[in-house]
Amino acid sequence: MNLQSVLSPAGPYGAQIAQLTWLLFGGGAVIFGAVLLFLLVALLAGPRSRATLGSRRFVLAAGVGFPVAVLGLLLVHILLVGRAVSLPVPGDAQALRIEMIGRQFWWEVRYPETESGAGFVTANEVHIPVGRDVVLEVASGDVIHSVWIPALHGKIDMIPGRVNRRVIRADRPGVMRGQCTEYCGVQHALMAFFVVARTPQEYEDWLQRQRRPAAEPEDEFLAMGRRVFGEVGCGACHAVRGTEWTARLGPDLTHVGSRLSLAAGALDNHRGTLAGWIAGAQDLKPGNAMPSFAAALDGPELRAVAAWLESLK
Amino acid sequence: MTPPESLADPLSRDAPLPNPLPRPEGELEELERIWRRPRGWRFVTVVNNNWIGTLYLGTAGLFCVFAVILSLLMRAQLAVPANDFLAAERYNQFFTVHGTAMMFLFAVPAVEALGVYLLPAMLAARDLPFPRLSAFAFWAYAIGGTAFFVSLFFGVAPNGGWFMYPPLTSKEYSPGINADFWLLGIGFIEISAIAGAIEIIVGILRNRAPGMSLSKMPLFAWAMLVFAVMIVFAFPAVIWATILLELERAFDWPFFLADRGGDPLLWQHLFWFFGHPEVYIIFLPAAGAVSMIIPAMVQARMVGYGLVALALVGTGFLSFGLWVHHMFATGIPSLSLSFFSAASFAVTVPSGIQVFAWIATIATGRPSLQVPMLFILGFLFIFVLGGLTGVMVAVVPFDWQVHDTYFIVAHLHYVLIGGMVFPLIAGVYYWAPSASGRRMSRRLGTWVFWLLFVGVNLTFFPMHISGLMGMPRRVWTYPEGMGLDPWNMASTIGAGIAACGILLLILDLVLHFRISNDAEGNPYKGGTLEWLPQGNYAARSIPRIHSREPLWDNPALEEEVKQGRHFLPGTVTGLRETIVTSPVEARPQYVAIIPGPGWGHVIAAICTAGFFLSLTVQLVWLAAAFGAVAIGAVVWWLWTGTDYGPLIEKADIGGGLRLPVYVTGPDSVGWWAMVVLILVDATTFGCLIFTHAFLWLSQAQPGWPPEGTTLPELASPAVAAALVAGSAALVWLSDLALRRGRHIAMAVLMLGALALFLGGVTLDLGTWWDAGLRPTVHSFAAAVYANHFWQGFHAVLLAMMALYVAARAFAGLIGPVRRVTFDNVRIFWFYAAAQALAGMALVHLFPRLAGSG
Repeated sequence: MNLQSVLSPAGPYGAQIAQLTWLLFGGGAVIFGAVLLFLLVALLAGPRSRATLGSRRFVLAAGVGFPVAVLGLLLVHILLVGRAVSLPVPGDAQALRIEMIGRQFWWEVRYPETESGAGFVTANEVHIPVGRDVVLEVASGDVIHSVWIPALHGKIDMIPGRVNRRVIRADRPGVMRGQCTEYCGVQHALMAFFVVARTPQEYEDWLQRQRRPAAEPEDEFLAMGRRVFGEVGCGACHAVRGTEWTARLGPDLTHVGSRLSLAAGALDNHRGTLAGWIAGAQDLKPGNAMPSFAAALDGPELRAVAAWLESLK
Repeated sequence: MTPPESLADPLSRDAPLPNPLPRPEGELEELERIWRRPRGWRFVTVVNNNWIGTLYLGTAGLFCVFAVILSLLMRAQLAVPANDFLAAERYNQFFTVHGTAMMFLFAVPAVEALGVYLLPAMLAARDLPFPRLSAFAFWAYAIGGTAFFVSLFFGVAPNGGWFMYPPLTSKEYSPGINADFWLLGIGFIEISAIAGAIEIIVGILRNRAPGMSLSKMPLFAWAMLVFAVMIVFAFPAVIWATILLELERAFDWPFFLADRGGDPLLWQHLFWFFGHPEVYIIFLPAAGAVSMIIPAMVQARMVGYGLVALALVGTGFLSFGLWVHHMFATGIPSLSLSFFSAASFAVTVPSGIQVFAWIATIATGRPSLQVPMLFILGFLFIFVLGGLTGVMVAVVPFDWQVHDTYFIVAHLHYVLIGGMVFPLIAGVYYWAPSASGRRMSRRLGTWVFWLLFVGVNLTFFPMHISGLMGMPRRVWTYPEGMGLDPWNMASTIGAGIAACGILLLILDLVLHFRISNDAEGNPYKGGTLEWLPQGNYAARSIPRIHSREPLWDNPALEEEVKQGRHFLPGTVTGLRETIVTSPVEARPQYVAIIPGPGWGHVIAAICTAGFFLSLTVQLVWLAAAFGAVAIGAVVWWLWTGTDYGPLIEKADIGGGLRLPVYVTGPDSVGWWAMVVLILVDATTFGCLIFTHAFLWLSQAQPGWPPEGTTLPELASPAVAAALVAGSAALVWLSDLALRRGRHIAMAVLMLGALALFLGGVTLDLGTWWDAGLRPTVHSFAAAVYANHFWQGFHAVLLAMMALYVAARAFAGLIGPVRRVTFDNVRIFWFYAAAQALAGMALVHLFPRLAGSG
């Protein structure tokens, strides 16, 4: 199952566009076949058929009449599809609102405050409830990026100084992948994220878990990890709610252990990759904002930090 | 000998041939001597269009090969997922240079080169009217393009994509000189493209063979005319964008920085206002070539000549209304999206007309599958497929999905390789005999075709699928498990196959392409004038034309032309000459003297390139030195190569036609060139106006000008405006003085006009500075000073022109009759004054009318 394909839609908007895609391909194939057929007739057929093609009338019919008729119909159809996949009317209380901010080369995701509880900030992962419109409000923290979740809808650019919106909706639980589609610098290729669609109840549970501050270390080793995190200066860029670290330059790590990936989809997420990333971020994703800490940490310290971060579920 | 004037129009079919036999002793030898190309190391001074055209095309081909090598390296990196053959930064430089080079260093120059090479022969002109300008454009391009590629070896090549979107390319996110290589290097090459376009427009409209009215002009000339006009209106937008971004990078003027009132979308509008027509700028000449090759290949006249000519013009118009379809995902309101969708659909009509006219022409003739025809058929296959995906991406919801994915990579390569490369190769095989008299190899050519056809389709067809399966563009790697692996491997194998085709093509060119100075032979039996026997002087005599395929309609024409029985069989002044005809009916008007080989334009090109390159690497003093030498060289070139004056009273070109060798005003080609240049200039100024209007609209909420901006009082700008108007008045008076033969008074008045213009522009600049406005604070101030930058640039141009005219006047080279130089400066001056006044109105009045403060 491809998690990032236009042809495997997971919601109504993606499905409408996939349907349009098949229509365009079908129509295109027929027209392409017809042009090749004309060409073959012109080259090889008998004098009578060739004479029919060799006229100004044929040029006008095939070159003007046919495209005007077909494209006129297509234009009406795409206006209808366009309306069906457009944003819900403003003020629609049903629609959920999630803010995404693109940064070189990761995604900040903000869940605003709702009736059920406070807002919070997370990164590189968007969780949504199935069966409900979600309006992504996208902006940029540095250069232009573009959000693309092909299974759910087309892309929308993140442009400095602007807020753009795109509505998505999933109709079954599952995981989808999204990626940056506007070239944004050296590691544009490694700027992906996951979308997790959950049943409404699971979604509420997830919200509740995310709202909680980071868990206290359960043992001495994890406590050491927490201490090292502070000593080498991780908190200068990263926030961990429930601790003294509140910086916003890098991803919020409050529940980093619960995420599906590290470094915006570049790595799987477990203790080993965490340690590898901390030690060698510049080797794994050269040019990203995170320094390599291999020289600053010895083996046990590195393992402890990784273990502590992994425990932040 | 000459028939009495009353007898017949010398251009008519019934009139006797213009010149009788036998031709005088030594006439042909003198023609050969005058048009001989320089030998040995002086070859670099060559200006003959056949040589410059070939050098131009060869250089474009070389740059194309470099760019292809980059693409092969990128395909090697992408062959398998998570590959580490190329590092991210290197890959990014490669795709930026690949795209930039293919667009600016290969595609546009290659079709321009084809025009420079073919047009004089096709129109039976001895040369285009400004051969040194073509040569200058070529050398500037060759040197600039080489430097651009060399930047790769130092790791300082541009890495912001060929579209260079700020703020990624702004100083904060691209602090190195990589982006400057793009801005200055490419900006400068665009100037050379404009120089070529001016040459082509004036050449096509004024240098056609007598009797070749617009309705008898070959379709390739129609295509090149539309091409050149499109350059005139499209390239200024990207040049202006380049100027703004370089001002932002160098001096921190925030045009594109949102936190100081700028807008990154301003760049995108300007860039795509150029970038979309660019696609058709590349395609139309190739389509024109196809409309020449097919009739020869099937030995039948083009079906729907008028429709095709109309389609070329229509494409040119429509292509300026499509730029937003590159910006569907930027959050633009859906109403305007629908408009641009519909406009994008509309452009399929002229393309459809051409495709079906070609098929219809094939149907009326007797097709023979020679190498050029194979490439034409390959072109139809690939281009139609690319056109169909083009319709798909005009469908907004679909485009939201495939925009910036490999689907687009597939689409654009289908359109550009199908629409431009295949016709170009068809053209090389078809027209090679016009240079050498011999065909290139049929066996090799057939291999080249099949390798390229299979390779190109195998490379790019799978990209449609990898794009739909989620592969974005401009990624140096992709992960395993997305199902992208087989499609990428197929693309890489296809690229290898296509590369073999290119190698074989190079082999065939090396073995079989030659330029011979007396090419004869018409192996494909073409009907148009480029198949007349040619020397460096083009056709021996300039034929009178009565139909679109003169060689088919008058089998004796070749022999008549070669014997010198048509117009101007020799030389009348002992210099290089060509007949200038009227723009629509092509009636002979005068014999223009055109310059021969020279060093001025070569040195000017080298030093202009040196100037921009030194600026890029921030060697300001070296740049100043290069700039000074370049200006000196241009003066030398103009002084010795233009405005020869009436060397003889009348020139007898045969058929009783006695033409002047010197005209002034709207009849002269120099006047036409100046008018086209002013159109370029005015379009750029239009982009400045757009900059103000767009920033105002985009900043409507926070306010533009921003709150707290003090606009200067209008008293001092009123004085500045009066000074500028006064300078125009003085130029008008200098014209009166010149008419009375008082050329010194004219020069003095012109220098006075210069003083007034400089005073006016400086006064206005000071007004803003004194009002406390600083360009780094906000986009409003930056846009105001951008106007001053532009007016200041014109003040410098006027200064150089005024001093040049004064010098010519003091040297006695300007008078009441010999005044083309003066006339050109005069109309440019009136334009510059009007533009300066409009600029003042823009910066002072627009914020008062539109401002929120």
